[in-house]
Amino acid sequence: MLELIIAVILSSIPIMLAATGELVVERSGVLNLGVEGMMLMGAVIASITVITTGSLFLAVIFGALSGLLTSIVFGFFALVLATNQVATGLALTIFGTGLSGLIGAEYVGKAIQRLEAFNIPILSNIPYLGPVLFSHNILVYFSFIIVFIVGWFLLKTKSGLVLRAVGNNHDSAHALGYSVVFIRFCSVMFGGLMAGLGGAFLPLVLTPHWAEGMTAGKGWIALALVVFASWRPLRIPIGALLFSGITVMQLVGQARGWAMPSQFLSMLPYLATIAVLVIISRNKEFSIINAPASLGKLFIAGK
Amino acid sequence: MKKLYTILLISISSLFIAFSSFAAPLKVGFVYLTTPGDHGWTYAHERARVILEEKFGDKIETTYVENVPEGPDATRVIRELANQGNQLIFTTSFGYMDPTIKVAKEFPDKHFVHVTGYKRSDNVATSNIRFHEGRYIQGVAAGLMTKSNKIGYIASFPIPEVIMGINAFTQGLKSVNSDATVSVIWAMTWYDPGKEADAAKVHIAEGADVLAQHTDTPAMLQTAEEKGAYGFGQGSDMESFAPKAQLFASVNHWDISYIEHIEAALDGTWAAKAAGGNWDTWCSMKDNCLSVTELKNMPADATAKVQAVADSISSGSFDVFQGPIITNEGKVVAGGATLNDGDLWGMNYYVQGVIGKIPN
Repeated sequence: MLELIIAVILSSIPIMLAATGELVVERSGVLNLGVEGMMLMGAVIASITVITTGSLFLAVIFGALSGLLTSIVFGFFALVLATNQVATGLALTIFGTGLSGLIGAEYVGKAIQRLEAFNIPILSNIPYLGPVLFSHNILVYFSFIIVFIVGWFLLKTKSGLVLRAVGNNHDSAHALGYSVVFIRFCSVMFGGLMAGLGGAFLPLVLTPHWAEGMTAGKGWIALALVVFASWRPLRIPIGALLFSGITVMQLVGQARGWAMPSQFLSMLPYLATIAVLVIISRNKEFSIINAPASLGKLFIAGK
Repeated sequence: MKKLYTILLISISSLFIAFSSFAAPLKVGFVYLTTPGDHGWTYAHERARVILEEKFGDKIETTYVENVPEGPDATRVIRELANQGNQLIFTTSFGYMDPTIKVAKEFPDKHFVHVTGYKRSDNVATSNIRFHEGRYIQGVAAGLMTKSNKIGYIASFPIPEVIMGINAFTQGLKSVNSDATVSVIWAMTWYDPGKEADAAKVHIAEGADVLAQHTDTPAMLQTAEEKGAYGFGQGSDMESFAPKAQLFASVNHWDISYIEHIEAALDGTWAAKAAGGNWDTWCSMKDNCLSVTELKNMPADATAKVQAVADSISSGSFDVFQGPIITNEGKVVAGGATLNDGDLWGMNYYVQGVIGKIPN
């Protein structure tokens, strides 16, 4: 049982990181559908780094930075040149998928050193709770901490207020003298950094090898998570854990031979997501209030 | 004089045409489901393509299109390859079956080879490998190595080929260990490393200590390596991912049947062989289309037993679907007889030893 809970926590991390980043991006009024592409870039660069240098530390850093670099491409087109955000985001996913496959081609079929978990002294000896909460690798702790930092930043700091203002009404924010494009560009880069880190988690922890397209749709799950969380940071880990919890539960159901069609069990995580979305959207206070009003809208200064 | 020129011109040009038609390489096209980067299914086809290029040199010219989804897109890609002058086209996934048949009708002069399908025509041949032979050997090894008597199997989609694999594996398992059972998780995907790893973790948490897979990546083996379980490589050797966990790998060699097709296309006998939809290759370990890598991580007596089974299959003296075959609901499918190929394609039951029901 403990093994399974640990598996749930681990497989929730990539979508949690990417979704936290995308939440900040969307809160600033930008819809970046390129999460999948940025995650793949993070995954491939982290793989290459660890294969060539042997350093897991550098792999984490470069993986995250490559997501950031990829997001700059998006930022340049969607924010500076004011192209359509949906089209640009989709293009970024296609670009990231293709480029990661190209530069990763030589590194296919090579095993990677795994980022090891470590036990936090004393705490990890607590029965049950210890192994579940206090013996993970550093990225797991970081992911949960960053969610709280983002929550604090967005809701409790002045900069966070400005960022939300830009997302809610870019014209007013512009009139007040805030640089909409600059603030959004910073958000997009943070989103890229988190997506790259989430991508890097896949080859460094979950499946220690590089395989083309290894995210297998996790970027899209992360996007759905942001809506699921109704743009509230602290709901991201809940959604991520719920999603991967149900994914793992349906696998357990199959292994134990539960009398349910496995196609239905495979659908469960998505059904649960839809069900929660329906429940959330029935409550207007939950959803509409938090949705950034300028999300996805073009901004051209002085227009 | 003028006449002489004309004759000279005609003879020279006909010589040129004759020469160029001799020198023009046979154009061969490949349609891939994913990319050679999967290190599994498509990787094995790509390895075969490289072998073909080395063997035939400038007699052939190969091209491939990767990441082609099964469906209408496939029709477009196959047609495009035919339009580009590819004389022989290999379509390397089950889902390309109908698109291949459709395009083949439009190009009666071109040759098509569909991999793992069952529909054929005058210019569509089929090619497949008896993967279940390798899986039987895996089952034998699993039966000898398991201590918990629980085996975890990660399957992709409930199609005959995958069910055949589960049953062959279980027949092998039961031949050496009548107490062991197989629990199956359907991943409902060919390719999702994260999900494959999660499924492996679940199997291990449920007590399985040997794992097998019918999905495409080394994720399961890597998880087995981490958790101290055993497993098998599938499609290609995955030892580098799991040096302590991989007992052996079943490796597909598509080049054997591809070479036959190219030789027939080069000497002009292809159309005659395929006429009437009669060219079907379902080749086995005996034909070198499938092999197992060196047996590792097993004690000496287990190694010897597994090797003996592998030898008897590759010499052709043993058929893995030799009866008795009894379903897990107790129905006797075959008493002492061996199942024929038609029986295999119609397999819609689990044999004794598999837990649960096939999703329909």
